[in-house]
Amino acid sequence: MARDMSDKEILKMELEQLKLEVNTPRIAVSTTAPEIIAFVEGKSAEDPLIRGVPEDKNPFKEKGGCIIT
Amino acid sequence: MCDQTFLAITFGPCDNCSQNKPLMNIYLKNEPINYCSLCVELMACQGLAKGETIHTLKAESETLKGKLEEERAKLHDVELHQVAEKIEALGQFVMKTRRTLKGHGNKVLCMDWCRDKRRIVSSSQDGKVIVWDAYTTNKEHAVTMPCTWVMACAYAPSGCAVACGGLDNKCSVYPLSLDKNENLAAKKKSVAMHTNYLSSCSFTNSDMQILTSSGDGTCALWDVESGQLLQSFHGHSADVLSLNLAPSETGNTFVSGGCDKKANVWDMRSGQNVQSFETHESDINSVKYYPSGDAFATGSDDATCRLYDLRADREVAIYSKESIIFGASSVDFSLSGRLLFAGYNDYTINVWDVLKGTRVAILFGHENRVSTVRVSPDGTAFCSGSWDNTLRIWA
Repeated sequence: MARDMSDKEILKMELEQLKLEVNTPRIAVSTTAPEIIAFVEGKSAEDPLIRGVPEDKNPFKEKGGCIIT
Repeated sequence: MCDQTFLAITFGPCDNCSQNKPLMNIYLKNEPINYCSLCVELMACQGLAKGETIHTLKAESETLKGKLEEERAKLHDVELHQVAEKIEALGQFVMKTRRTLKGHGNKVLCMDWCRDKRRIVSSSQDGKVIVWDAYTTNKEHAVTMPCTWVMACAYAPSGCAVACGGLDNKCSVYPLSLDKNENLAAKKKSVAMHTNYLSSCSFTNSDMQILTSSGDGTCALWDVESGQLLQSFHGHSADVLSLNLAPSETGNTFVSGGCDKKANVWDMRSGQNVQSFETHESDINSVKYYPSGDAFATGSDDATCRLYDLRADREVAIYSKESIIFGASSVDFSLSGRLLFAGYNDYTINVWDVLKGTRVAILFGHENRVSTVRVSPDGTAFCSGSWDNTLRIWA
């Protein structure tokens, strides 16, 4: 547990981690950014909070008052 | 008479290099060792290397961090908001409080939606965990925990149980029964045991396993039936405040954020920390995976929210404004990932355009800090919990 470890042990743990990370494979942002954007665009059409939901379909919108005829 | 001092030197094969040389008879840990003088010196130098000081470790750590930054910077050829310029901006947002759930006696600390998109579980400082029906605002179940500050609660995927925990250092699972008269507390099952407070918990894809994070700096995966620890995750150097599982299609990873300003991505099966990000300037209060699973967002006490791309291995967006000076306590994405909802300690909820990096709306309504924000499973609404003892549903 982090609280029980001495400063030296914590540093050693961080060091091991950094050594692993320096060698992780990475992709350029110019590749990943358009992919994120494509994903969002694709799904935006179905996103109720963006598209808006018609009053009668949305379970959370207030229902109208009763009309007594 | 002369004083003659004799130094007896043994001559023979050295224990280490086996050469015939004058040997120095020394004792190491009460064992006689016969090394030649060259080997003794070598041994003394190795001893120094083994006795690494904090300074040498820190220096090595700094150089590696520098190298890591260099590697990451090489791939930072464009900004997300630059690529997003050609997208049309979002229209005006009209989001209002549709329901206010009142009933907690004290600060609401955490909430979770059920997969049926209608039920909510929330937990509070007064030790109560309440299950609500969000459509009707009725309370369906209420459990009183033996401790105060129930900081974590989660709904099981089946909708048949809830897990919660806090200052009791444990995560307990309560099966929900349809019989309103049944005492839920009697059926409680203690699953996780940490050595400090439980900050967050989440069921994995089934009711059978729970992932927890704790103030003791670790995260852990538990089997619900037996209470057995399946895997533990060490790597944070301070309290872990939040965790989030990757969306099921992308595999067995989760992200955690803590008071050491780091957000770590872990492999659930091996327990290995696969990626780590440290760009925040203060505690990370909340982490949330992007719907595609390739990125995650964080909310922090430094008043910013940031988006980290996992494949580019770097931060790609910061959501901040000079006028926002209070920390963000909780973040969540809308269904498509275009909007980021963040609850702040200045009682507001800011809605950010994830791609362009701009704020699209501020939502007022709570009368105290917003502690938790979650979008419903079908994306039609989101719920916020606050220190003003209420939960609000916005749509």
